[in-house]
Amino acid sequence: MTRQRPAPARLGPSDVLRTGAAGLRTRPARVVLSALGIAIGIATMIAVLGISSSSREQLLRQLDRLGTNLLTVAPGQTMFGEEAKLPVEALGMVRRIGPVRTASATGTVDTTIRRTDRIPKAVTGGIAVQAATADLLTTLEGRVVTGAWLNAATEARPAVVLGAKAAERLGISRTGVQVWMGERWFTVVGVLGPMPLAPEIERSALVGFPAAEKYLAFDGHPTTVYERSAEESVEAVRAVLPRTVNPENPEEVTVSRPSDALAARAAAASAFTNLLLGLGAVALLVGGVGVANTMVISVLERRKEIGLRRSLGATRGQVRLQFLAESLLLSALGGIAGAVLGGLATAGYALSRDWPPVVPAWAFAGAVGATLVIGTLAGLYPAMRAARLSPTVALATT
Amino acid sequence: MSVPQPERPYVVELREVTKEYGGGVRALRGVSLLVERGELVAIAGPSGSGKSTLLHLIGTLDRPTTGTVRIAGHDVAGLSDRELSALRARHLGFVFQQFHLAPGVSALDNVADGLLYSGTPLRARRDRAAAALERVGLGHRLGHRPNQLSGGEQQRVAVARAVAGDPPLLLADEPTGNLDSAAGGEVLGVLRDLHAAGTTIAVITHDPEIAEWCPRQVRVRDGRVVADAGAGTGRRPPGPNPKRTPEPAPDAGTAGAAKGAPR
Repeated sequence: MTRQRPAPARLGPSDVLRTGAAGLRTRPARVVLSALGIAIGIATMIAVLGISSSSREQLLRQLDRLGTNLLTVAPGQTMFGEEAKLPVEALGMVRRIGPVRTASATGTVDTTIRRTDRIPKAVTGGIAVQAATADLLTTLEGRVVTGAWLNAATEARPAVVLGAKAAERLGISRTGVQVWMGERWFTVVGVLGPMPLAPEIERSALVGFPAAEKYLAFDGHPTTVYERSAEESVEAVRAVLPRTVNPENPEEVTVSRPSDALAARAAAASAFTNLLLGLGAVALLVGGVGVANTMVISVLERRKEIGLRRSLGATRGQVRLQFLAESLLLSALGGIAGAVLGGLATAGYALSRDWPPVVPAWAFAGAVGATLVIGTLAGLYPAMRAARLSPTVALATT
Repeated sequence: MSVPQPERPYVVELREVTKEYGGGVRALRGVSLLVERGELVAIAGPSGSGKSTLLHLIGTLDRPTTGTVRIAGHDVAGLSDRELSALRARHLGFVFQQFHLAPGVSALDNVADGLLYSGTPLRARRDRAAAALERVGLGHRLGHRPNQLSGGEQQRVAVARAVAGDPPLLLADEPTGNLDSAAGGEVLGVLRDLHAAGTTIAVITHDPEIAEWCPRQVRVRDGRVVADAGAGTGRRPPGPNPKRTPEPAPDAGTAGAAKGAPR
């Protein structure tokens, strides 16, 4: 036969979309309900990822603000397993290290702080009494909430500055209150703010070194040396600290970096986050089953339309494409709604916690990908069924 | 696209066609049928006579068991399913008893969708759809939805959809079967106009009066053609409408109401 064989025309993308949307337009309620499952799944996953990365962002910003150049030096153990002590001159030695900008020390005082002398000695409320050097607040970049920090005059007097938690536990929020320490009254001269890098200070009552020696029988050995250096020389300083602090027994010295704990918290994804992600994935799967179900019903209901389209010249492939497009549109609607809902939930939660709202871009990309995969999988079987339908059978449907 | 060559003037060419369904049902037992361009042919017969099978074969919706089916010069046996789809898109227009209009979609877009698979861009589809609706006398109802139209108007929209692409062959399967006589008259009037303008039309019907109305009748019974005036006789204009048009149908709305015509 010399005649040219008829070749089907290709449908443009916009025509594919139009035919895909045609089935949805006439059944809005069904569209909303079957897209809802996908929307809930995507919203859950976006919100879980968003909230956990907002909290991480918050930690990182805090870390940025606090700096990572703070090192603490503490006594370790002797060769015989006893508690070691830092030498009395430790602080002076640290200050002589080149890159060190500031260094301060605290020393644990073997006594308790109580509201009155009537309270038994054993009731310490978990508050430690520590001697502190006058520049401790500078080194820790801490803040006084009420009153004042120790100065040259008050550090030799029976005056005490309370850490934030210590003040809270003692129920003290103003200065001038008398507290019972050792065998005498001390006056509260200040209350400190929170110290994320030195939580042990938050739980301490701080007196000056001279006062501690004079009134509380403090032996003068520091128990913690705090030191800040230039960011780039932290590692170098860390290397020489033990030998500097205790040249005779450097192995009895422990050096640590408090910001490491915060960084570790920021890096860890909690098991709870994974659990919620799993729940979101289950919701997404159920949503996908819902879309598949809707599509199967849609194909059954629209046999006549399929027959008509075949008689108008639609190829099997074009019928298949129409139902795949419909399924993809359906799940895309759910995916978009879910991404918006998840974003809003993240923003709401983060703002209520004063966190910066962050949803990682890959979470949105993942949501788009998951939606496409689910739409394809859910639509594949119904679309094949629609395409396999013979036009005469489809048209004969009553 | 290909134009029928002069040595093959037939739009429909069936030679010794049989069709058997599973279970040994022989729907067609050797049918030969030739339809030339510009004919208006009735394929008439009672239900079970095989006229629906004949419609499916002429419409390339199905393939014969034996014999040759040539539509617009293309041998159906040599074409794949995709190629048959393309053949339907370009050479055939269908009108069904049940209209098959998309609900909630305007008359214009219902007609425009008839051209969807012919590769015509959307704007051109809408232009041609408007022209086709004008042709069937519905130029003032472009934006109406099917539920806002009467039965006769809905079937005229379906006719417009079938002829929007100017197919060489229009197949009408019981086009008045769901209409009262007045509405059926409207539809027959549209078919008469299309015939006058040169469209080849095959009307499949069980209604003897509609068959009589066509200039050429092919009578089918028990899977065979029992009467046929012969190729080319369907070029004459059709007879007067089998309806008393001024009088509203007494049994309006009854299915298969295209009756009650004077003799």
